[in-house]
Amino acid sequence: MLTRAEHRASRMAGLAALMAIGLALAVPVTVLLSHGGASDLSSSQSNYLVRITRFTLLQAGLSTLLSLVFAVPLARALARRPAFLGRRWLLNLFAVPLGLPPLVAALGLIEVWGRNGVANKGLGLLGAETPFSIYGLSGILLAHVFFNLPLAVRLILPALERLPPEYWKTAANLGMGGFSLFRRVEWPAMRRSAASAAGLVFMLCATSFTLVLVLGGGPAATTLEVAIYQSLRFDFNPGRAVLLSLIQISMTLIVMLALKFIGTPAEAGETKGGGTSRPDVPGGLQILPDVVLIGLGGLFVSAPMAAVIVSGLSADLSRLLTDTLFWRAAGTSLAIGVAAAAVSVLLAAFLVRARYSAGQRPGSPALGLLAGLSGAAGSLTLLVPPVVLGAGWFLLLGGGTGQLLAPLMVIVLINALMALPFVMRVLEPAHQSTLERNGRLAVSLGVVGRHRLRQVDIPAMLPALATGFVFAVALSLGDLGAIALFGSDRIVTLPWLLYQKLGSYRTADAAGLALLLGAITMALMIVAEKLGTRNGSMYR
Amino acid sequence: MSQHPAIEFDGVAYGMGDLSAEFAFERTAGTVTAILGPSGAGKSTLLNLAAGFLAPASGRIILDGRDVVGLAPSERGISMVFQDNNLFAHLDIRTNIGLGLDPELKLDRAAWSQVDKALEHVGLAGFGKRMPGTLSGGERQRVALARAFARRRPLLLLDEPFDGLGPGLAADMLGLMLEIRAEVGATVLMVTHDPDEARAAADEILFIAKGRIAADAPAAGFFERQDLPDLQAYLGSTGGK
Repeated sequence: MLTRAEHRASRMAGLAALMAIGLALAVPVTVLLSHGGASDLSSSQSNYLVRITRFTLLQAGLSTLLSLVFAVPLARALARRPAFLGRRWLLNLFAVPLGLPPLVAALGLIEVWGRNGVANKGLGLLGAETPFSIYGLSGILLAHVFFNLPLAVRLILPALERLPPEYWKTAANLGMGGFSLFRRVEWPAMRRSAASAAGLVFMLCATSFTLVLVLGGGPAATTLEVAIYQSLRFDFNPGRAVLLSLIQISMTLIVMLALKFIGTPAEAGETKGGGTSRPDVPGGLQILPDVVLIGLGGLFVSAPMAAVIVSGLSADLSRLLTDTLFWRAAGTSLAIGVAAAAVSVLLAAFLVRARYSAGQRPGSPALGLLAGLSGAAGSLTLLVPPVVLGAGWFLLLGGGTGQLLAPLMVIVLINALMALPFVMRVLEPAHQSTLERNGRLAVSLGVVGRHRLRQVDIPAMLPALATGFVFAVALSLGDLGAIALFGSDRIVTLPWLLYQKLGSYRTADAAGLALLLGAITMALMIVAEKLGTRNGSMYR
Repeated sequence: MSQHPAIEFDGVAYGMGDLSAEFAFERTAGTVTAILGPSGAGKSTLLNLAAGFLAPASGRIILDGRDVVGLAPSERGISMVFQDNNLFAHLDIRTNIGLGLDPELKLDRAAWSQVDKALEHVGLAGFGKRMPGTLSGGERQRVALARAFARRRPLLLLDEPFDGLGPGLAADMLGLMLEIRAEVGATVLMVTHDPDEARAAADEILFIAKGRIAADAPAAGFFERQDLPDLQAYLGSTGGK
C-alpha cells in the first residue's frame, strides 16, 4: 500500500528508469540503423552474411538438441534416485556453470578436451583414430552442452519431483515400468519444462559470444556476435557490423517471441533436497544404468572445473599476484563491476516499485503500459545482445580508442543492462512481500515518503538488494562481451587480460588467471546465494 | 475359507528408534479390517509394507501362502486406493483404468469392454473420455474404485480413501467398496480415522499406537471397550457414542 504522493513518485522514478534504458538501447540501435544505408551488399558479402547466419542457427540448434537429449534422461535418472549420497552436492554443482565466466570454463574445457587433454588420451586408448577437436563446431557444441546440460537438468528435474508421491506408488502397484512409465507419466510431466528449457538454451546459444570467440572464430565457425566483433575490431567494416547486428536483433526478436509462445521456463533448481521416494524403481543390479548416467553427467560437468583448479594451482600464482598488470586489471574489473551493479540495482528498484504502483490500479491503460514496460525492460535488454549494444556505442564513439571515460561508461552501462533481468527477479518478490507485510502499517503510522524508504522498505529489502548487487558484480566481473570491443592498453579487465594471455599462448599465466577469476566470481555467487537464502527465511 | 490366511504379517519390523514399527497379525479371505490409530502411529507404514512400497527390516509378509517380501509391488496381487492423486491427471479416465489391466496398455477389445463395465459399475458410464480434472473429488475416487474392481486382485488396500468427501458421499462410497469386495472376493485393509466408517464397514479392527498393534479385535463392540487407554485417548470425548 502506497500513499498518493508515493504512487506519483514511484511512477516518475519508473518512467525515468525506463527512459534511461530506452536511451541506452535506442542510441546504439539508431547509430547502427543510420550506418546501415551506407553499405552496398555485394554478392560475396551477402554470401558471407548468409553463411554466418546459417552457422549461428545451426550451432544453436545442435547445441540445444544435444543438451536436451542428455538432460532428459539425466533428469529422469536423478528423479528415479531421490536419496543417494552426494545428490544435493551434485545438484549444487550443476548450478555452477551458470555463474562461471565463460572464458574460465573454456579454459577448463580445453584442458580436458584439448589435443593433449585427458579425454583425447582416453579416446586414443579406446582406439579412436582422429582426436576430438575442441576448436570449431565440435568444440562450440561441447562448450554449449557443458553450460546448458546442467541448466536444462535443473529446469526439468523439478517437474518430475513435483508429481505427487501417489503417482509413483500407483505406477508401482500397477507395474508400470521403463518405457510405459516414461511415455505415460514422466515425459508428459517433463514435456513443458523441457520445451521451455529448449527455448532458453537456444536463445543463450544463439547469442553466445565468448565461447564461440575462443573455441570457434575461424571463417568456418563464426556466429553473428563474433562476426560483429571481428568486423569492428579487426576489419573495421562498420557497414558489415551493422548488417550483422540487424540480423542478430531480428533473430533474437523471433526467438523471444517464440519463447513467449512456448512459455517462460519455470524457476530452476528449487528441488527438494531428497525428492520423492520412488517405490516403482527397482533396486539391485537395475540401478546400474542410472548410476552410470548420473556418474557420467557429474564427471562431464565437474572435470573442466577440476581442470581449472589443478592447472591453476600448478601455475606460478605468486608471480601473477605480484604483477602490477594483474592488480590494475582487478581494480578496473572491480570498479566496473561495482558501478554496473549500482546502476543495475537502482534501475531495477525503480522499475519494480513502478510496476507495483502501476499494478495497483488495473483499469488504467497508461498505467497498464507502465507496468508492462517495467516488466519487459528486463527482457528488452536480452533483445539487443551486449556485443550489438557495444557495436552501436563503438561506432558513435568513433572506435573508442584513445578515450578512457566514455568507453568505461559504456562498459558499465552494458554490464548493468545485462544484469538487470536477474536483479529484477531478485528484487521483485522481496519488494512485493515487504509492501504486503508493512504497507498498511507504515501508512497508518504516517511513516511515508522518504522516511518510509529509509526506515521500512530499504531495510526490509536489504538482503535482496545485497543479493542483486553482489550477483551483478559477479556477472560483470566475468564478462568479456563488452570489454572485447573497448579493451585496450589503457582499459584492461581480468577477462580481457585472460583473453590476451590465451591469445599469446601464455597458457601457464592464463591457467593461473582463470583460477583467480573463477574463484572470485564463485565466491561472489556463493555470497549472493547465502544472502538470498537469508532473505528468504526473513520473510517466512 | 482357504487353508492359508489371506494375509499374514509374521514378526514384521520396520525402522529404528522412535520411528520403529513391529506388526504381527493375520486375516482370513474376504474380511474387511479397519486400521485405526492416532496420526503418526504407523497406520500408513503398515499399508506401505503390505503394498511393497517399504521393505521390512525383518519378518515375513505372507499373502495367500506366499512370502512376498522382495517381490515388486505389482507382483503381489494388490490393488490400492489413496486419499487423492489416484489418477494420472493428464490421462483420460479410460486410460487410467486401462493401465490397471495392463501397464503397457496393450488391451484387446474384451479388456476395453471390461474397463467400460467397471465404469458402469461405479455409476460413471460414459465418463471414459473425460479428464480427471473435470470430475469431482468423489467421482475421481469412484474411478479409483472402478480400477480396483477391474483389476480383481485378492487384496485391496485403502489409505483413507473417503476422507474429505463429506459424510453422505463417504457412506455411498463405502457401500460401493463393500459391493466390489463381495464381487471380487477380496480381503480389505482400510486405514481410516473415522470410527463410524469402521463401524459401518469393518468386520475387524487393528488399533495401532506407537508403531505397535495395540488391539486386534472384532469390530462389534470394539468402541465400547474400556480396557484400552490408547483407544480412549484416541476417541477423546466423542468416544463410545
